[in-house]
Amino acid sequence: MLKILKYSFFDLIRSRWTYVYFVFYLALGIVLLFLNNDLSKAVITLMNIIIVLVPLIGTIFGVMYYYNSREFTELLLAQPIKRSTIFLGQYFGVAMSLSMSLIFGLGLPFMFYGLFKSSAIWDFSLLLITGTFLTLIFTALAFNIALSNENKIKGFGYAILLWLFLAIIYDGIFLMSLVLFEDYPLDKLSLFGTMLNPIDLSRTLILLKLDISALLGYTGAVFKQFFGTSFGLILSFSMLIVWIVLPVWRIKYKAKRKDF
Amino acid sequence: MVSILEAYKKFGKNQVLKGINLNIIEGGIFAILGPNGSGKTTLIKAILGMIILDKGDIKVRGQNIKKSSEYRHQIDYLPQIANFPSNLKVKELIRMIKDLRRKPSNDKHLIELFKLEPFLNKKLGNLSGGTKQKVNIVLTFMFDSPLIILDEPTSGLDPISLLRLKELIQIEKSKGKTILITSHIMSFVEEVADEIVFLLEGKVYFRGSILELKTKTKQLDFEHAIESILTDNHA
Repeated sequence: MLKILKYSFFDLIRSRWTYVYFVFYLALGIVLLFLNNDLSKAVITLMNIIIVLVPLIGTIFGVMYYYNSREFTELLLAQPIKRSTIFLGQYFGVAMSLSMSLIFGLGLPFMFYGLFKSSAIWDFSLLLITGTFLTLIFTALAFNIALSNENKIKGFGYAILLWLFLAIIYDGIFLMSLVLFEDYPLDKLSLFGTMLNPIDLSRTLILLKLDISALLGYTGAVFKQFFGTSFGLILSFSMLIVWIVLPVWRIKYKAKRKDF
Repeated sequence: MVSILEAYKKFGKNQVLKGINLNIIEGGIFAILGPNGSGKTTLIKAILGMIILDKGDIKVRGQNIKKSSEYRHQIDYLPQIANFPSNLKVKELIRMIKDLRRKPSNDKHLIELFKLEPFLNKKLGNLSGGTKQKVNIVLTFMFDSPLIILDEPTSGLDPISLLRLKELIQIEKSKGKTILITSHIMSFVEEVADEIVFLLEGKVYFRGSILELKTKTKQLDFEHAIESILTDNHA
């Protein structure tokens, strides 16, 4: 698998889009630092952008890479390589190059700004860790969609819909249900609902770490109580890992049964 | 060498392979023929494991292909349409395939034979169809595997390269290799094939030498023999 990963990775490293993505984060980091002059505020702004943008880029890049590398895949399929190796290698190649653009693009400006001497380093690391998790999750979901759809347009459509659903529509439904059932105790339900959506989960994790949970009101207190404990933290990271493992497992499953 | 037992494959509503039984012995050149959509490419892709059969078994040198991908070390495959990653250079592609297979290769000799040196540093996306096919041939023949599968090997080749290809096929045959070919160019098939397998509507309709086909259909030349099979069955 490492060989396929290597070739996919180098293929992507040479692609223009990886640099565009990298430069975007680099610019974002620099602009935020110079406009804000306050590291922890910059981290919050970054969070809002990362939470929405990273899943979008992961989804689109994943789908695009899969469809664009069809020829490469067919070439590989005739070689003595296991199918799961080919697809997992490609998946990790994409996810890794995206994560690296994110980590270096944001990491470099913050490093020069003096992150290591600041107390915000933990908040910042958490931000990068969740960003990497989101990249892994949404690239895997994108590969799933692409593997199940021969038609490029359909594949892209479903991928965008998935992102739209998890980033925006899910929250809408979630809020509406909270309003609708406000007479009932909802803290358990809202906790559960947050766990099911990787974007919400990441956002909550970061917000709580940034200690602005007072903004979240009563539910925030419940959340704080839950996520603040090591049990809550472990559980939410396990949830993020489940969000990676399940789609990756399905990539393997689908790849084994597909005709080319 | 290759044995196919009761192979069935359906794409949507289209039943492409309808119970193919075929046993190919080691050594010699076999041509798989048939009209468009008769299942030639599907059968070849099934042997390579690119298509998964609905029913039936395929064994390559006694190894069931479902079990592992290792058997593909014994196969060199020339795909029908040479689609390569377009931002890769010819040199890089050759190096990559060598790296993936980790076997000795004689790519230098083949590159010389097909006069590909001037293209080594060009990107695959910028090559003409015929040049791509030459690269395709180099990639196929550079390893020394006992089974060679060629899907429409002549497409886009100029006369000199075609001649080289025929020589290459004869050399590989003389080494005792098994070569499977599909082609629509009947003169090419007649020239190289020892035995033909004729597929019709997903079944093996005829198998034997070209001479046997001619006597069976009472035709003097090969092309008319093929034509008579088709007209008899679709009349």
